[in-house]
Amino acid sequence: MQREGQVRIPAGCAISGIIDKSGNRMSGEAIIDSIAVMRERSNGLGGGFAAYGIYPEYKDYYAFHIFYDSSTSKKECEEYLERHFDIINLSKIPTRKVKGITDSPLIWRYFVIPLPTKLSDSQLDEREYTARCVFRINTKIEGAYVFSSGKDMGVFKAVGFPEDVGRFYRLDEYEGYCFTAHGRYPTNTPGWWGGAHPFALLDYSVVHNGEISSYDANRRAIEMYGYKCTLQTDTEVIAYIIDYLHRKKALTFSEIASIIAAPFWQTIKGMSSEERELHEYLRIMFAEQLITGPFSILVGFNGGLMALNDRLKLRSMVVAEKGERVYIASEEAAIRMVESSLDKIYAPKGGEPVIINIAGGGELD
Amino acid sequence: MKVKSYKWGRHTFKVHLCRKGTSENMKAKGLDFKQLNEQIRACVRVGNKNIKIDDCCGQRFICSGFSAETPTQITINGTPGNALGAYLDGGCTITVNGNAQDAVGDTMNDGKIIIHGNAGDALGYSMRGGSIFVKGDAGYRAGVHAKEYKDKKPVIVIGGKVGSFLGEYLAGGLLIALGSVGGFTGTGMHGGKIYIRTSEPPKNLSAQVIATIAENLDEIRPYIVEFAKHFGANAQEILKAQFYVLKPNAKNPYKQLYVMN
Repeated sequence: MQREGQVRIPAGCAISGIIDKSGNRMSGEAIIDSIAVMRERSNGLGGGFAAYGIYPEYKDYYAFHIFYDSSTSKKECEEYLERHFDIINLSKIPTRKVKGITDSPLIWRYFVIPLPTKLSDSQLDEREYTARCVFRINTKIEGAYVFSSGKDMGVFKAVGFPEDVGRFYRLDEYEGYCFTAHGRYPTNTPGWWGGAHPFALLDYSVVHNGEISSYDANRRAIEMYGYKCTLQTDTEVIAYIIDYLHRKKALTFSEIASIIAAPFWQTIKGMSSEERELHEYLRIMFAEQLITGPFSILVGFNGGLMALNDRLKLRSMVVAEKGERVYIASEEAAIRMVESSLDKIYAPKGGEPVIINIAGGGELD
Repeated sequence: MKVKSYKWGRHTFKVHLCRKGTSENMKAKGLDFKQLNEQIRACVRVGNKNIKIDDCCGQRFICSGFSAETPTQITINGTPGNALGAYLDGGCTITVNGNAQDAVGDTMNDGKIIIHGNAGDALGYSMRGGSIFVKGDAGYRAGVHAKEYKDKKPVIVIGGKVGSFLGEYLAGGLLIALGSVGGFTGTGMHGGKIYIRTSEPPKNLSAQVIATIAENLDEIRPYIVEFAKHFGANAQEILKAQFYVLKPNAKNPYKQLYVMN
């Protein structure tokens, strides 16, 4: 079977997200119902979910979700994990039989923490150490692919329609404060389990509707900072850009939005001098992280969620609120399906981020 | 609605049994877009004049390509999906009690769409005739590349805010915005007119557009009157305000619009 990266097939996708601002946890059922409404936006070649706050009993450990092609690759990967991490718990990820989901790889979950001696020898901080190990596995161990590596969060993805993927992973049995979902209509790649959305590194996850035209420029730039793009999938690059700007450059999500969906120079010209200075600085310093072409993305992180459209708004996205819940989706109907009476509904402008931080969490601006 | 199946060899034909010449109420809940459209089409075919659809949630292509020999009212309660009334032709009036999504009236040729709420992006995209009235806001790219020919002249009236790129590449027709507009209005337009109710000319206009204060509103009056009738607004009040009218600037051919950025 051909994988992402081996063939390029010359988009429409669906995204949906639900977050509870007070941090209360909800079951994954609503997000499945929401994404299912937009079935016409996907073609059964990929669906996935990111769920935050689902592993409170292991919240201090990195939760690795790994696809294996064979028991040989599993053995090799587990040996690698044992050399680098203390494995607190490991198990198969529970799944149920679903008609639309076939050819499943082996899917395992590990709760790990870097071995203290290894970590101090590496002279890296814990997150960088973990991220490097993830890249090491994904590029060097054949048939093993870490598709989720954050704390107290998890990515669940497969080839199939998203609602089938959700039922396959028994998402309705998890409880979290934030869920994002994606229905895939791959435009460039054949559709492999690892190539489904969300793409994640550490606790950052990205679901994306669109097709960015700056892919290769962004890829070359991000690879200079040690990231390895293996899938020829534009969303992978977006995930690494977010990680680079937020974790390594310590920028806020609103600054990140101003970089990846930067306002036009023409628009910057009309801003107040203080604003203009900031945007000029961001556009010049991070020119290579500017993402062009159509996109609407949901960026999940520990404690919050960011929704962002490209600056020309070439993809649709609506945001709605009801009490403590915030809903974001490609189509209003996907929100109405799970919450028919809303306090507020609006479509953010192109390049205008919607950032939701939960109470007692999220980023400190 | 009752559906009767007939077998003929290996084939099965489904016939929707609607009552001839009366009105029909249907529930959209649980139906996919194809089933829903088949039902509506069956009603139009037997000459139902009043078709009401309840609990609509995301079904796409509703009334796409429909036409009716005699005036037919189609009322939708809920949130119709994308491409509502795409390629719509004469005789049909669609009323939405709720918000509509993207690409309402895409390439519509005739007929009318009335939305008692907001519309999504690309409203009346590439429209060729007929009219669309939106009570609330519209998203980005409303009326993109609408065009007119002889008696076919598309009209869009939007009561609330409009996103950027209203009337981008406009080739013909009339776009009327009663609320604020976003940036880059009329970029690349080479025909048609855009009326905007505002005291100041819109920002970020490209060199291909000239904006002047409208000297009279005769051209838009009938549509404002109709808008007021649909949504219970005061037409005289609206027409008292100042409007800017945007037209293509014949002196300025296309320059490197996007690459300059």
